Amino acid sequence: MSISNAELRSDQSVGIVETQYYRFADPPQRFVLESGEELGPITVAYETYGVLNEHNSNAVLILHALTGDAHAAGRHAGETRPGWWEEMIGPGKAFDTDKYYVICSNVLGGCKGTTGPASINPETGKRYDLDFPVITISDLVKVQCRLIDALGIDRLLAVAGGSMGGMQGLEWLTAHRERLHSAIIIASAARHSPQQIAFNEVGRQAIMADPAWRDGRYGGNPPAKGLAVARMIGHITYMSEGSMAEKFGRRLSDELPSHRFSNGFEVEEYLRYNGHRFVERFDANSYLYITKAMDTFDISRGRALHHALARVKAKVMLVAFKSDWLYPVAQSREIARACKLADVDTTYCEIDSTYGHDAFLLEVEEESHLVKHFLIKVSQQLERV
Amino acid sequence: MSGVDSGAVRSDHRTILGWIRSGTSVLDLGCGNGVLLELLAREKSARVQGIEVDEQAIYDCVAKGLSVFHEDIDGGLTAYADASFDYVILNQSLQQVRRLDDVMREALRVGKRVVVGFPNFAQYRSRFQIFFRGKTPVTTSLPFAWHDTPNLHFLTISDFALYCREKNICIHQVSFLGRKRSVRFFPNFFAHVAIFLISSGRA
Repeated sequence: MSISNAELRSDQSVGIVETQYYRFADPPQRFVLESGEELGPITVAYETYGVLNEHNSNAVLILHALTGDAHAAGRHAGETRPGWWEEMIGPGKAFDTDKYYVICSNVLGGCKGTTGPASINPETGKRYDLDFPVITISDLVKVQCRLIDALGIDRLLAVAGGSMGGMQGLEWLTAHRERLHSAIIIASAARHSPQQIAFNEVGRQAIMADPAWRDGRYGGNPPAKGLAVARMIGHITYMSEGSMAEKFGRRLSDELPSHRFSNGFEVEEYLRYNGHRFVERFDANSYLYITKAMDTFDISRGRALHHALARVKAKVMLVAFKSDWLYPVAQSREIARACKLADVDTTYCEIDSTYGHDAFLLEVEEESHLVKHFLIKVSQQLERV
Repeated sequence: MSGVDSGAVRSDHRTILGWIRSGTSVLDLGCGNGVLLELLAREKSARVQGIEVDEQAIYDCVAKGLSVFHEDIDGGLTAYADASFDYVILNQSLQQVRRLDDVMREALRVGKRVVVGFPNFAQYRSRFQIFFRGKTPVTTSLPFAWHDTPNLHFLTISDFALYCREKNICIHQVSFLGRKRSVRFFPNFFAHVAIFLISSGRA
């Protein structure tokens, strides 16, 4: 494609960053969840990049996917791995930290600093485990609202996210429409299809079938095998047939086969390696709670989708990837169609990528172009008002 | 803003620009890289929306700050309510749609007025090329070889006027363009391009 390299200064980074924490719903206050259950206190892990302007009008909230975290850009001191959307966030990049105040927080129910099932329940002094209440995407977003309240932001310039991040974006768009000027929804869906629910259910079953899971009370000995299998299934659904063929072919791995029936193919080694590495960084119960929140999410709430989007004044950008079979383009087209019917100012782009669902983290050039110009337009319209 | 002086505006765009009232809403079907929509937004303060099938053209439109849907015209209109737009534009795209009848009907349903611009197949150069050389014509307005053309329908000004009569479509304005200036006499013989402003006649 003919997007000039001058537009992308991928060498620029926000540099060393630190995760911060915001706590609310301390007793006697409680945070009421969609289910009616109460929770508190709640700690939210978040990071910010760039500077909030004097009108507090340049804030962009980044919404992470299933296994993401608050560390979206830059590096933590002493670490080499950058944040998960480093290519998109930084000076001169799509989410330009010279212009925008970029915020990313770990979701409720997560395990990267925000209160979740692995957190200590102050009432018992032990981990919540399965005493943690059932949560929904709506709860995740309400917690984010509390965070931006605390940061003094009345209205966000934009929310942006892919996959489950896009679901949160849709929730922002419809349930908190007065609090944002625009939403960027990438490779996402208004609700999960039976196929998406099925893959999540297999992941959950793998975790719960591991004897180490012990009804969620595994303490320091997590159900490593079950969680690893859940992650392996995830990885398969994030790639495409083409991208797997390209990445692995039928090449053999250098590693010795790990079990009698292993064929020693690279793809097997890749899945095993990533499955096991995932166990080190993710909590099995969080996986259960968050995938359940994704599966129950339905932005239409039983109505026609365009009714859910009625009176949305924010500008919307929808992006989908042609080879994504986990969140197929038809799901984004459905949102696009509803936006038309609801008269929402919308741009929709289908990127011709071979990477499958992973494309939302990999097709940086196209995504950067779209996001960058979209945010410029939103900012211009804001200045004119 | 990239200042485009009016001298650089394509003649068909200039015609359309003259027809569209200020402050209206416009849907451009097959908006390409968004040049016309950008003009309409800037000069007519129009609320504009495009539909375009080419991915690269979508990137160009987004760079211009336009709102566009990446899809083909054949399926792109069904979601809109009746009379959603003051104008629907089909400029140089009607001849490329698969189901022309459906697209015309949908365009007339969704737009209070519809602008249709197309290359005139009966322009005299085309006639001569067929008549004397026995070849599928390649002209300024029909620049493609027979094996490499995006055009699916080859129509003439007379064809389209007859089509409008048969379908009870009201013709409000017409403009016939030659290579340099507009054509006044025998447009079906001399005009390269025709632009019609039409409506379903119900409103």
